[in-house]
Parts: sequence; C-alpha cells; structure tokens
Amino acid sequence: MVLPEWLAEPGLNHFLVVGAILFSLGLLAVISRRNIIMVLMGIELILNSANLNFVAFSRYGSLSLDGHMIALFVIIIAAAEAAVALAIVLNIYNRFGSVDVEQISELKD
Amino acid sequence: MDLFALAFYAFAILIVGCAAIMVFSKNIIHSAFALMFTLGGLAVFYALLYAGFVAVTQLLVYVGGILVLILFGVMLTTQGYFDKVQTRTVNLLPATIFAAIIGILLIFVYLSTDWTLNPLEDGEVTLTGLGELLLTDFMLPFQVTGVLLLLAIIGAVLMAARTRPPLQASQPAPKAGPESQKE
Repeated sequence: MVLPEWLAEPGLNHFLVVGAILFSLGLLAVISRRNIIMVLMGIELILNSANLNFVAFSRYGSLSLDGHMIALFVIIIAAAEAAVALAIVLNIYNRFGSVDVEQISELKD
Repeated sequence: MDLFALAFYAFAILIVGCAAIMVFSKNIIHSAFALMFTLGGLAVFYALLYAGFVAVTQLLVYVGGILVLILFGVMLTTQGYFDKVQTRTVNLLPATIFAAIIGILLIFVYLSTDWTLNPLEDGEVTLTGLGELLLTDFMLPFQVTGVLLLLAIIGAVLMAARTRPPLQASQPAPKAGPESQKE
C-alpha cells in the first residue's frame, strides 16, 4: 500500500488542522452546554488548541524557541484562570443553588 | 510510513475522539475524564514537536492540576450521586453548524496559506536555551506572571472562603445582611 505524500509525512498543516478541530469543539462546548464547568472545560480546550498552534509554528515555522515560551505562559495563565473561575463557580453555587448559566441572570439583588 | 507518522495519526485520533466525547457526553464526569485523555495526547504531540519541556509542563499543570481542580468543582457543585449528574445541552444543531463552519473556515485558511517554513533542528531545543530566554528576552513577562499567580492565589482563596446567604426564590433577598455589610 503506497500512501500519498501529504498523508505519509505529517507536517505543519496536519498539526494546524488538529488545532482547528479542537478549537471548534471547544467553541461548541462553550456555546451549547449550560453547565458552567462544561463551559470552563471548553475554554481549556480552546487554550490548548492555541498552544498546539504555537508549538507547531515553533517547530516548522520561523518562531523558534519563542513559541515554546509563549506556550508555557499560556499554560500558567490557564492555571490561574481555572483557580479563580472555580472559586467564582463555588460562590455562584452557594448563592443560586445551581450552576446552570441560564439561571444566573442577575448581577445584584 | 515511519514511526512519527504512526504516532501522529494514533494520537490525533485519540485527541479528537476524546474531545468529541467530552463535548457530547451527557455525564460531566465522563467529560472530565475524556478531557484528561485529550490533554495527555496533546502532551505527546508537544513531545513529537521537540517541545519536551512544554510536554512535561502540560502533564504537570493540566493533567495534574487543572483537571483535579475541575473534578473538585464538579464534586462541590452537585448534590447526590455522581451517576445522576446530567447536564443540559441547548441549541445543539445550530451550535454544531456554527462550530463546523468556523472549523472548516480555519482549516481552509490554514491549507491555502503558503507558510514560510524554517524547521527547527532536534538539538536546537535545550533547557539551557529556554532558561536563558526566560531570564533575558522574557524577563518582564516572567516577573509579571509571578505577580499574577500570587494575585490569583489570594483572590481564589478569598473568594472561595467567603460565604454569603443563599438567595431565596420565594422571598426577596435580605437587602444588607451583617455579612454583606462587612464586604
């Protein structure tokens, strides 16, 4: 079995396509799921797809080591974001008794 | 077909399949565990792209940290047993069409662009190089990130430790309880 060349040797485009699919799946989770924690997981997926693009460009494009550094900073900021967001989710649950984003419609009582 | 291509396709299927399970699963615990496999597969991708340090950081921070945090969030915001944890999905068809259009658009742009290729050599990526870059070109972001992490820790602890009275559905909420005055 002889594979065509674009299939046999994964290059930059292959990684970018995986990143694009991950991005659209994350977007789908953010806009269609109604549980706050599912929305957070979708955001993590989107951040990861951006990271994959950075690392792929640093491997094949002309970004060299800068891409790795940016990916590391993105990971750090995602960790900070997850910690703060889950603290907010806990407060929302204590206040409203639910984590459904459609029931949390008031900012102030 | 060499080992690199084989590993790429195996883990690409793992990543995309588990991400799809994460998005479409009704049970949020299943979603969290599917996300774990997606993140682990992405760590393998980083290792394939010569980014070993990023791969290890991904495993430590995402799989070891953020995922545990998400599972804690699930546990603290559900009542009863986990096998009954169902979540609601709305507008699945329009959302799927919208996300598919965005994805196809992105893939089309990626494939139709003529990228300037300047591939990295295997020996070029060293921990020493990353460390030097961190203390020269990326000195300011490095310091700012330290301050940001400190602020995030303090903010998360303060917000998670403070308790407010739950909002009653039947009666109007108390205007200013003794606790909310203090804040």
